[in-house]
Amino acid sequence: MKKIVALLLASVMAVSATACSNSSTTSSAASQATSAAESQAEASSTAAKTDFKVAMVTDTGGVNDQSFNQSSWEGLQQFEKDTGAKVSYTESKQESDYATNLDKAADDGNKLIWGIGFAMADAITNAAKANPDINYAIIDNSYENTPSNVTGVVFRAQEPSFLVGYIAGKTTKTNKVGFVGGIKGVVIDQFEFGYRAGVAYAAKELGKTITVDSQYAESFSDSAKGKAIASKMYSNGCDIVFHAAGNVGVGVIEAAKEAKKLVIGVDKDQSYLAPENVLTSAMKLVNKAIELVSKDALEGKQIGGKTYDYGLTEDAVGIPEKHDLMSDETYNAAIALEQKIKDKTITPPANEQDFKTFEASLK
Amino acid sequence: MKMLSKILKKQITSTIIALLFGFLVAAIVLAIAGYNPGQAFGALFKGMLSKPKYISNVIIKATPIILTGLSVAFAFKTGLFNIGAEGQYVAGSIAAVLVGVKLNLPAVIQVPLVVLAGVLGGMVFGSVVGFLKAKFGIHEVITSIMLNWISLYLSNFIVSSQAYHLPNSTSTYPVNESSYTMILPKWKTSDAGMAALKPNKWLYEMMLKTDVNVGIVIAILMAVVIWVLLYRSNKGYELRAVGFNRDAAEFAGINVNRNIVQAMLIAGALSGLAGALSITGIAPHKISTLAAFENYGFNGLSVAMIAGSSPIGCVFAGLLFGGLLYGGQSVQQEVGAPTEIINIMIGTIVFFVALTKVVPALAERLEKRGVGHAQ
Amino acid sequence: MEVSKEYAVQMHGITKLFGTFRALDNVNLDVKKGSIHAILGENGAGKSTLMNVLYGLYQADAGEIYLNGEKVVIKNPNVAIEHGIGMVHQHFMLVDNFTVTQNIILGTEVTSRFGVLDMKKAREEILNIVKKYGLEVDPDAKIEDISVGMQQRVEILKALYRGAEILILDEPTAVLTPQEIEELISIMHSLIEDGKTIIIITHKLKEIKASSDVCTIIRRGQYIDTVPVADVDEEELATKMVGHAVKLVVDKTPAKPGDVVFEIDHLTVKDDRGLEAVKDLSLKVRKGEIVGIAGVDGNGQKELVEAITCLTRSESGTIKINGTEIQNTTPRNVIEHKVSTIHEDRQRRGLVLPFTVAENMVIEKYRTPEFKRHGMQNREKAQEYTKKLIQDYDIRPAGCENQPVRGLSGGNQQKVIIAREVSNDPDLLIAVQPTRGLDVGAIEYVHKTLVRERDAGKAILLISLELDEVMNVSDTIDVIYDGTIVAEYKQGEVDENTIGLLMAGGKQNENAVQNT
Repeated sequence: MKKIVALLLASVMAVSATACSNSSTTSSAASQATSAAESQAEASSTAAKTDFKVAMVTDTGGVNDQSFNQSSWEGLQQFEKDTGAKVSYTESKQESDYATNLDKAADDGNKLIWGIGFAMADAITNAAKANPDINYAIIDNSYENTPSNVTGVVFRAQEPSFLVGYIAGKTTKTNKVGFVGGIKGVVIDQFEFGYRAGVAYAAKELGKTITVDSQYAESFSDSAKGKAIASKMYSNGCDIVFHAAGNVGVGVIEAAKEAKKLVIGVDKDQSYLAPENVLTSAMKLVNKAIELVSKDALEGKQIGGKTYDYGLTEDAVGIPEKHDLMSDETYNAAIALEQKIKDKTITPPANEQDFKTFEASLK
Repeated sequence: MKMLSKILKKQITSTIIALLFGFLVAAIVLAIAGYNPGQAFGALFKGMLSKPKYISNVIIKATPIILTGLSVAFAFKTGLFNIGAEGQYVAGSIAAVLVGVKLNLPAVIQVPLVVLAGVLGGMVFGSVVGFLKAKFGIHEVITSIMLNWISLYLSNFIVSSQAYHLPNSTSTYPVNESSYTMILPKWKTSDAGMAALKPNKWLYEMMLKTDVNVGIVIAILMAVVIWVLLYRSNKGYELRAVGFNRDAAEFAGINVNRNIVQAMLIAGALSGLAGALSITGIAPHKISTLAAFENYGFNGLSVAMIAGSSPIGCVFAGLLFGGLLYGGQSVQQEVGAPTEIINIMIGTIVFFVALTKVVPALAERLEKRGVGHAQ
Repeated sequence: MEVSKEYAVQMHGITKLFGTFRALDNVNLDVKKGSIHAILGENGAGKSTLMNVLYGLYQADAGEIYLNGEKVVIKNPNVAIEHGIGMVHQHFMLVDNFTVTQNIILGTEVTSRFGVLDMKKAREEILNIVKKYGLEVDPDAKIEDISVGMQQRVEILKALYRGAEILILDEPTAVLTPQEIEELISIMHSLIEDGKTIIIITHKLKEIKASSDVCTIIRRGQYIDTVPVADVDEEELATKMVGHAVKLVVDKTPAKPGDVVFEIDHLTVKDDRGLEAVKDLSLKVRKGEIVGIAGVDGNGQKELVEAITCLTRSESGTIKINGTEIQNTTPRNVIEHKVSTIHEDRQRRGLVLPFTVAENMVIEKYRTPEFKRHGMQNREKAQEYTKKLIQDYDIRPAGCENQPVRGLSGGNQQKVIIAREVSNDPDLLIAVQPTRGLDVGAIEYVHKTLVRERDAGKAILLISLELDEVMNVSDTIDVIYDGTIVAEYKQGEVDENTIGLLMAGGKQNENAVQNT
């Protein structure tokens, strides 16, 4: 199946390439030559600036996953543009590729190697052990005992989730909102319970009861399933659904479009997918974190042996400024809440247990 | 001229021509996409062969697809299209994990048990397909595609089950270390082992940096076993007769239905073995939530096709295929070309191999032209 | 020969290559207007290829075609039809659940104004043709309801409706009963009386004598001769066709039947559609006797063989070999009870084409202790065994034991099957259409083998659609009609007409129905 997609891609590429190149062989050869020359020039100019090399290894989602792998690669590309460091990526097709891809990245002379996603946690520690002079970093994972050349990067996703939950609570007319998760786990728990807490906070403020319908797709890729779950939720009376489920979310947004209801995006500002339906998004800016940590490493700061914990304070999470679909009042109230979280007057819960405590404290 | 047409009629020749065409098309695609084909192929072969540990990794990557390739090739020789190798592979890995996590016996007992569990897992999936075909005449392609999905969701079910789920992860617990089929896994990382390996740079790198395991030996052994089974044994004679002409076999008193079930059983066992050996032989020694198929079985289809369904050919086709997949990662890392290009190359090779009939036809045309000239 | 207007068709120096194989080599054919011209040759001699060139299905590599003295190039069948050439193929091309009229106008629908199909006009035209040539076809009958002979007439009608002046009939009698053949011949004569020209492809000498004016003989793609049919006898024609003298009559002594070996008692078998194809059928075969079953295709012969060989279920009744019931067991059990079968469909049931000759030789024996060793094949033994059979049965090319059987000619493939089945040393040998598609030389060989095995004391059951074969080879002749044996005669007690009538469902001794 993948191969067919690849072939299709190839034909599309071929068509678009010939379309661009005036369909004459000489000109395409010429453009190739110039592009080659350009890349050489670029290479030499960056070499003048720095010989710092950074690589990333994706998880099995691949680099075009519309999610954190893609976001990470965007971050690295930005980093290359800003600093002139050389960056590259390798896609993992199978779980067993993690170790061999990390190994190749080490052979390639990289100073810093990123592993994207907590599925690579073990592979990263093993690689770090084998190559003590290379720094490794991993997204969405913190170790109990972090090796001296490994950096964990985690996000307080409960913070933006709390904000979007609050906005949902203030906006809902049916007093019923939904949540669609991918596969249950620590990371998605942050989204779910942060969101639930935000809804509960708004409900208390408004003095009413708002129920949250929460379901899991047991997948991060099955967008059809996402669509099915969300459609059900909308027809059951939910008027806003928040999703934290990777590609499954694409289906959720589609369902919102069809039902003409509201939906809350995740990871980045997803309003481009459905400007009429995306109320807001719980942004988790992996690219930002990648840039920040990579820069620290480039500047020779000690990054190993610890875990970076990114939240609202570091501007690595948040909600988009654009708020066409909600009232200014709601948006401003959310921004005020953001300040309270930064002040630590409110601590959004990241798991079920904390959520229960939080809920009790509201009463 | 005669010589040329004779050479062209050989299957190996058409396979090599198909390979060349695959590289050619990939070169064109690379060039159009703005990458230097020479550089890309350089990276490809460097990433496959330039270091002992790379060669070792190529072999490790090739092992499961040699076995799934054998599974497909064997079924094909018996007249069945085993598109279910993927599901049988997953079933094998599930079964191996089920046993390997819960049992912790001495390696001499543990390893055979875990591997056998995987073989049985694949067998069950294969025999269901065979049974449905023999009993109700349901085409094996339909049932195996269904079973592929069943295996995928079964795998995800096992991953999320209380008994096997590793907390805070998307995977199960790894199998116990006594199930490992790597060569001397403990000794090589011990001080004594390191000291012993150090003098030999090649061995040191291979052993320590890759999961050198016994899988390839088993895969080659299985290729030989399958060859003997097909071409030298009485059972194989029956299986092939059924594969080539079911009606004639039935008329000659061969039990066609029993042979279909047996063929699928063996094909399933081979794919299951591949799954089990992947669990025991390479990190991470566990199964994780699958968003999509990992393609071990589907790559086996390509391997079998490149090999022309020859069991021994599967070993070489598997090594080639594994090499391309593994080397392809280097192309991405060094040149920045997407792995899709490697997939296009592999796809093209398979495509041209599938068209191998063209080459003998070309030979025939050559011959005909020769006759024309003679006149 | 001069190109002249007197000739409807002239094909000069036709050469056709398939790869390096010369299917036709400088063949000439001159067909006089208003005559019936036979093309005679063995299977694979190039008869059909020559006609396919004329009909535009193949392009000749060399040679010219003239119609009525004019040179033409026939690029495809449409051009042939435009030139007034019609062809009736061996296998009919009719839509089963359409009526005769619908089938005939298919592709040349007559429409009135506003594009409405004018069935009435078409039907009238068809009726005119039917009357003119005495075809006796009901234009409103559905194809599935009419007999094979009638279907053939529909094909002829189709060609005439499209304005054919030259009619090519490819092996037209293969599927017909003797009565139907006579009727066909009389239709052919009424057609030439009207000035049509007919070319008939056949390898049946008797029919040429009965129907044709002139005969052109082709052998292995080479033009041999063109003779006026009245001047030669069948033996001469056969000699020209085969290239050497052949015996047309089977040489044999009277049978000395022994005990009953094989007995079918009140057998009923259903076909694929669940209809009773064999109904309450009983028959016996004795040692040293050949029992032949004559019948038109589709009267239960196929189901009878499948029931005996246990490829299909018997509904009721018994099948006994040497007193043991074998019905509804397995094909293997039947073989183990010393029944060997030469199946009519040698490529589907008889052989595994990609297998070598040796592998095919042992397909019923590979499982016996003689041919296996600890679950492995005893390949040396199989080789040795095959080599001997290749020699004994003169299978060509010699030394072909390791070649795929696919590469052998049809006759030699049949010899492989015969060698295999006969060497099983069976108590009962069933031969179904054993000479189908074989040339005269090979047919002679097969018949001799059957008689030889009879003389060696075997019981032989011969089932054939070729009435001549059944009449010549069998000691006892059974006639099958509608799934049951309707009559039994000793050889020499009965003539062809009686049998033919019975095959067509006529009653015994009811000669009045017989068509003249």
